[in-house]
Amino acid sequence: MAHVVIFGSLRSFTDGVSELEIDARSTRALLNALVERFPALSETVEAGVSLAIDGEIYKEAWFTPIGPDSEVVVMPLMVGG
Amino acid sequence: MSKQEFKILGTRPIRPDGLDKVTGKAMFGADKSATGMLHARILRSPHAHAEIISIDTSKAKALPGVKAVITGADFDDVENRWTRYTMQNCMAQGRALYDGHAIAAVAATSKKIAGAALKLIEVEYKILPHVTDVDEAMQPGAPLLHEGVKARKLGDDVSGNTVGYYSFGHGDVDAGFAKADEVIERRFKTAATHQGYIEPQACLADLGADGRGALWCTTQGHYMVRETCAEILGIDASQLRVTASEIGGGFGGKTTVFIEPVALKLSQKSGRPVKLVMSREEVFRATGPTMSASMDVKIGMGKDGKITAGHARLRYQGGAFPYNMVMMGAMSAFACYDLENVQSEGWDVMTNRPKMISYRAPGAPMAVYGVESVIDELCQKLGLDPIEVRLLNAAKEGTKSSYGPRFKAIGLVEALKAAKAHPHYSAPLPANTGRGVACGFWFNFGGQVSVSMAINTDGTVNLIEGNPDIGGSRASISMMAAEALGIPFERIRTIVGDTASVGFSDVTDGSRVTFAVGIATINAAKAAIRELCKRAAMIWEIDEDAVEWVDGTARPTGHNAGDFPPMSLAEIAATSGKTGGPIAGHHEGAPDKAGVSFGVHLVDLEVDPETGFTSIKRYTAFQDVGKAIHPAYVEGQIQGGAVQGIGWALNEEYIYGADGRLQNPGFLDYRIPVASDLPMIDAVIIEVPNPGHPYGVRGCGETAIVPPLAAVANGVAQAVGVRLFELPMSPPKILKAL
Repeated sequence: MAHVVIFGSLRSFTDGVSELEIDARSTRALLNALVERFPALSETVEAGVSLAIDGEIYKEAWFTPIGPDSEVVVMPLMVGG
Repeated sequence: MSKQEFKILGTRPIRPDGLDKVTGKAMFGADKSATGMLHARILRSPHAHAEIISIDTSKAKALPGVKAVITGADFDDVENRWTRYTMQNCMAQGRALYDGHAIAAVAATSKKIAGAALKLIEVEYKILPHVTDVDEAMQPGAPLLHEGVKARKLGDDVSGNTVGYYSFGHGDVDAGFAKADEVIERRFKTAATHQGYIEPQACLADLGADGRGALWCTTQGHYMVRETCAEILGIDASQLRVTASEIGGGFGGKTTVFIEPVALKLSQKSGRPVKLVMSREEVFRATGPTMSASMDVKIGMGKDGKITAGHARLRYQGGAFPYNMVMMGAMSAFACYDLENVQSEGWDVMTNRPKMISYRAPGAPMAVYGVESVIDELCQKLGLDPIEVRLLNAAKEGTKSSYGPRFKAIGLVEALKAAKAHPHYSAPLPANTGRGVACGFWFNFGGQVSVSMAINTDGTVNLIEGNPDIGGSRASISMMAAEALGIPFERIRTIVGDTASVGFSDVTDGSRVTFAVGIATINAAKAAIRELCKRAAMIWEIDEDAVEWVDGTARPTGHNAGDFPPMSLAEIAATSGKTGGPIAGHHEGAPDKAGVSFGVHLVDLEVDPETGFTSIKRYTAFQDVGKAIHPAYVEGQIQGGAVQGIGWALNEEYIYGADGRLQNPGFLDYRIPVASDLPMIDAVIIEVPNPGHPYGVRGCGETAIVPPLAAVANGVAQAVGVRLFELPMSPPKILKAL
């Protein structure tokens, strides 16, 4: 089970839940599971999010593998200059 | 990740674009012309906020030489709301939302006629209340820019102009402040600044009635231009071929479109190619500066220098359309530190100003300015060494960052130690002089890339990438290709292909190109090497697996491979026509694991107590870049970022009058630092390899603009004994503070 951390302001869409365990092997599966549990997250997820898996940041990569003991931090979609 | 030995990486070959640029041969956005070309001009709003009651273009159309006139009515609605905002920023529909907002455009046989035609366009406005200050724009009852875009879950205590809210952090900040021996809370303000690229936006558009066309423009991302313009104009992306010109600076400011859809629409309407070049005044009034900010920063520290808690509240003003950039500031604010209790919050706010766009590490410099200023003040109050305090609190591998993820291998501690040991830090300071220190952070990104590599029969290599070269990527990509192939740098030529020549590539931003295109290049080289080894195996009549690639040659390997002399890339390529045809390699992908980057800046500056003028006397910047592919370009990036940050700290600002109009849209009144204002910036490269890149590369283009705002502010505070809390610290403001 991956350990998922929800960044601060997203918690208003997860009933205040900040950390949870999700059984998912890819980023897409994880996001789908998150939206299924917290429908209010769908707008944010559809707009795009970044995920940090064990400290590495991924932008909108659906099929990045997630290990059974991974820590996944859900963050807003980041942009640069 | 252990350090690798390289033959080509880390050397300083002559830059491939140098000769063209110093001889004037390089083709920039405004340098292209076409037979039958028209010239376009844009009519812009003189009002900060106004309803457009009517636009009468009949007299302009009747002027001899005028071939097309367009307004917002010529653009159909688009489904994607972000694209719609971009379109409405290029040409107002219904309301003018800021001083300089485009209202109509004309294409004529000369610039003079186009300019004359603009004067014949009659626009009836109904002037509306406006707001240009972020704190005022957040107040309930403030003039509203757009209905229905307020960020979800926000209460009635903020206006509908508040389009984003983000928070990050962990721990218990109240408990952390209770543990502190000293707590300081300050309010800061920073002005909106412009990237100050020397080349204005410029393009040449040619679009037929059949929806097929070509566009030449200065941009950081020609695929972005193609897709945005195709969506706005309702044409297929495949039918619009976009070529990126050489670029005279971007720094994030050319990551969107401002004029290209207008030029294409004029071309389509007139049936002629249309050139559109912005004036400097237009660049200031109607392209995207960065955000201005209003911020509250509170930090608690123990007597030993340990930070017990940090809290930042950031309110960013981003202009006339929804945007989402404050999150980058909120994530960056405390990223340099390993904190038990930390929270950062950010609000994105709209105002009647031009829509913001990225500017080098967008959102980070101002947030870090606040945090690094308060840390400096705490160090002064507690009598602590500012570098020792930063070392005590520095983020390192395994630190849970203030924005969530745990850091991999990073180089902040190495940069701080290098700064502490540098002669600059221990040099004596004359009177009226101060020494400022500050850290900075930026994320760096990966993203989509395409690379195509062709091995020529003379043993040379052509490489096509899809990212405009804004900071030396053609050199660094050629160097990585040379390293991977084992051939000299001079035998490789890298070009930036147009949108019809190579696959999609994301915009050149986020300090991503040397990292991401580098990975694609190495993979393309590996594909080419596999084919080269296969051809050698065919010639030697041995198994493919019995051939290895060493130092640019195919060699037999293993006991039964046979005894053949090494065969060079050139030898294999020379016979490629007889061994199966052209040899090439390509790679398309979306690499991640870009690796974050940290910097530490030291500045000595002198403040004239009679005039308030600040002169920079000495500046040293330390930055972890993972692996410097071409150190001269890396030093240039560090120097450029430092200079832009110095300008932000001391002089640069968008000044608005009570009427909501920009007062200083030109380089005479908007003062950027020039070479004669500054000493040589000493760039010290730190190399802590990024484990996410085969050669250890991490982005280096943006971090350097993050520390200077605070470094200069901390230096000024030491020099004059008074701390300013507002940027820029221009001479009148310093005099007032004194």
